[in-house]
Amino acid sequence: MDRRLHALLLSAAVAAGNLAAPGAARAQDPVGATPGTPQVVEPRVARREVKAPAIDTENFEGGLFVGTISIEDFGSSLLYGARIAYHFTEDVFAEATLGSAKAGNTSYEDLSGSAQLLTDSERQYTYYDLALGWNALPGESFFGSRRAMPSAVYFTLGAGSTRFGGDDHFTVTLGSGYRLLVNDWLAGHLDVRNQMFDSDLLGKDKLTQNLQFSIGLTAFF
Amino acid sequence: MRRIIITACLLAVALHAAPAGAASAAAVTVQDPYLELHSGPGRGFPVTQVVDRGASVELLRQRTDWIKVRTGRDHEGWVNRRQLERTLTGDGEQVRLAGPTAEARTGHRWEASVGAGDFNGADVVTVAASYALNDSLYVRADVSQLFGEFSNGWLAAAGIGHIFMPQWRVSPFVGIGAGWVYVEPTATLVEAPSRSNQAAYAGAGLRGYFNNRFLLQAEYRQYLIFMDTNDNEVINAWTVGFTHFF
Repeated sequence: MDRRLHALLLSAAVAAGNLAAPGAARAQDPVGATPGTPQVVEPRVARREVKAPAIDTENFEGGLFVGTISIEDFGSSLLYGARIAYHFTEDVFAEATLGSAKAGNTSYEDLSGSAQLLTDSERQYTYYDLALGWNALPGESFFGSRRAMPSAVYFTLGAGSTRFGGDDHFTVTLGSGYRLLVNDWLAGHLDVRNQMFDSDLLGKDKLTQNLQFSIGLTAFF
Repeated sequence: MRRIIITACLLAVALHAAPAGAASAAAVTVQDPYLELHSGPGRGFPVTQVVDRGASVELLRQRTDWIKVRTGRDHEGWVNRRQLERTLTGDGEQVRLAGPTAEARTGHRWEASVGAGDFNGADVVTVAASYALNDSLYVRADVSQLFGEFSNGWLAAAGIGHIFMPQWRVSPFVGIGAGWVYVEPTATLVEAPSRSNQAAYAGAGLRGYFNNRFLLQAEYRQYLIFMDTNDNEVINAWTVGFTHFF
């Protein structure tokens, strides 16, 4: 009796093992699964049909600016130009600027009446500048109680060339600006720059400081 | 100059029209416990919304490391790239978003640099582009503008370089090349002829990764200018600058 019971329990256990174990083993190793075998363990992760996103990356910023520049010894003039920037990170960007202005007269030229130190084409003040910028104060600007726009105060340090008085001058530019994002892709700028270069136009070699103030519009793309 | 500015104007106008059409959204499903939506593309902007796991969001646009998303309830906000990549799966794969990876340091091919320095007492501004042939060998072309006390000029050169230990954060490199230098006397001096000569250089420097997007670079070069007279001119030059790789 005992022996028969043992045999029965043993065969039941083997049968149960045959039913349960291969399923469990095959669930972990689907390569060995034979077709038609019921899958005991369902994978919990549901597969989702998602296409790879093709979204716009907008790290470039380009636009135009207009303002006024005080060319040392030559008065203040209208300044206009274009700029393009590439944003490496949310903090750091590179910027290339082209600008142009027409210098006025020195006080000496105005007082003497007729003496002209520079020809008309030599009065053309054009420059390019390659700069690295840092968004030092990123944040939001609030207009009333319902509107907040992303903005940043940034500093730039650049090097480039200024053509003035018939000569190219190595120019170091220090700048600071305020960028206000009107919407996702359009930004307004307020900029102050100081362009420094050595000049011997008035006889003596000296470092000239040429301050400029400009407003601009840029688009991110 | 005026023509360049007008071209830039036209470009800007064309670009202004572009963003409206570029709003092709991609829908993805959140897998992480939650997504934090910031009010702007930066870590300092406040979190205004949180999206739970399982919700679907549309990816609208990307600026540096931040992606603008729209939730099912029409809330919009900016999510950091790192959080999105960890969070989303598509077809069982991680979503790939444009941006730098640590592998890009040695895996990239193109580099663009801007630098400034000294060229035998003259100031110099340099722009350069280089293409990597493999992890450590590259070809490079550069154009420099020179600003001397008595003369100005231009220098164009192309060469080949080798980076030792490109996998290091700061790695040394060497390079050789040849080019052409053009020098003209400054306007305030009496008439002197401008001249152009062939030149060759050998240089060495250090480059260090600032982050996964750009590196800082310092280089010393010795130029040999092949003069029309018997004596060739040796010129020492150094530049420092930053390099973007992509």
